[in-house]
Amino acid sequence: MRIPCPHCGARDVQEFTYLGDAGLQRPDGLAATEAAMFDYVYLRDNLRGLHEELWYHGAGCHAWLAVRRHTLTHAIESAVPAKSRWTGAAA
Amino acid sequence: MRYSIFSLIGQTLKGHRGWQPTWRDAAPKPEYDVLIIGGGGHGLATAHYLASRFGINNVAVIEKGYIGSGNVGRNTTIIRSNYLLPGNTPFYELSMKLWQGLEQDVNYNAMVSQRGVLNLFHSDPQRDAYARRGNAMRLAGVDAELLDRERVRAMVPFLDYETSRFPIQGGLLQRRGGTARHDAVAWGYARAADSRGVDIVQNCEVTGVTIMNGRVSGVATTRGPIRAKKVALVVAGNSSRVAAMAGMRLPIESHVLQAFVSEGLKPLIDCVVTFGAGHLYISQSDKGGLVFGGDIDGYNSYAQRGNLPVIEDVMEAAMGLWPGLGRVRLLRHWGGIMDMSMDGSPIIDHTPVQGLYLNAGWCYGGFKATPASGFCFAHLIAKDEPHPVAAAYRLDRFATGRVIDEKGAGAQPNLH
Repeated sequence: MRIPCPHCGARDVQEFTYLGDAGLQRPDGLAATEAAMFDYVYLRDNLRGLHEELWYHGAGCHAWLAVRRHTLTHAIESAVPAKSRWTGAAA
Repeated sequence: MRYSIFSLIGQTLKGHRGWQPTWRDAAPKPEYDVLIIGGGGHGLATAHYLASRFGINNVAVIEKGYIGSGNVGRNTTIIRSNYLLPGNTPFYELSMKLWQGLEQDVNYNAMVSQRGVLNLFHSDPQRDAYARRGNAMRLAGVDAELLDRERVRAMVPFLDYETSRFPIQGGLLQRRGGTARHDAVAWGYARAADSRGVDIVQNCEVTGVTIMNGRVSGVATTRGPIRAKKVALVVAGNSSRVAAMAGMRLPIESHVLQAFVSEGLKPLIDCVVTFGAGHLYISQSDKGGLVFGGDIDGYNSYAQRGNLPVIEDVMEAAMGLWPGLGRVRLLRHWGGIMDMSMDGSPIIDHTPVQGLYLNAGWCYGGFKATPASGFCFAHLIAKDEPHPVAAAYRLDRFATGRVIDEKGAGAQPNLH
């Protein structure tokens, strides 16, 4: 599996560290209910299909990437800087 | 037909032409008392214990593929009960006791071989951790022995003891641990359940769960709808997908774990050895192949195959432990989909839907648990209350903080 890093080009998956589902939004720690925090920490959609997930390019550009990858075929559709996912801007 | 020395001699004289199919390939009936989704080891064991111990025979096991095609045929066949935490130890010890009587119970040769499981340690802190684990096991009535390097060397003389990056200092041995023939476990449970009237329905995939007024009333399948008073969900690898049909989100991620077999060799290693400085477990099958595995690949996956980095990592660990393996050729490897739970421990519990029961989250340790998982799940379904040794495997433990985290990795499923 090679991840097309937007900064470094296609690189072997060994250069990356996996975190998990990029769709999770951490609730505001002060305002959140216990139930919302439980949802965020423990529950997952665990999709079979296209999955947006966070990878860290530790042996490359040191950037966090949001990667859209199919969990049944491992085919990667896109990889963008994770920052742009939230700000909409190029990192 | 009961298997015995007499039936074997009789069939031998008749040229082995009279053997019957091991179980019926049943078609689904319209309604059952208990419907078990998932014909893996745990589902079949649940059916067997429901029928044999709890007197519930109007049961069907439905399986989307064929029996033995899932994780029950994709593991490294190790059985052991060397757990540390109080929520785990009695459960896995019950499993070990059920393994010891399994073949007589189901009248099938599962090749249960108590050849010993040896966990190696490579440093002083690791020795202390293993001593603690061994003591916890002994307090719970499980056998454990802490061996020094020379006693380990007497058991497995060909490992790299001095020159490696992680010299071996000793090991924690559970002599009652060992291996079992995984396919035979599935077939044995299937046959035993079938002989008590359980329908085993293959190639029947669940496409929906019918819930009325908060209570489950049946499932939709590729072979038509089936009504049931109780539905048991035991589909490790796909738990999240089936649970989603019942409107649930689970504390589980699906990850791929690879396993490996070498070419057949003469007897080399007569116990299971695990490498403490990395993640590697190795044993030799009765056919002669070395069976080994290591870490999961580490990312969400439903593909029953993995990638090269982990293969390389496992081979490196194997070479680090046992340099002589360098000339052995790898024959084949495969992947299975693991239910990685948020604390590394399983779930056997009710769900918010009445009449729907959940057995999930076995991570990559489900095979050894097969008998106790089936037994405790059958207990839960039959009596509507958890079996005492599985009472900690609650679905709500993540919300209440009562997690059972053997590894202390936290809510990061790819690290368990």
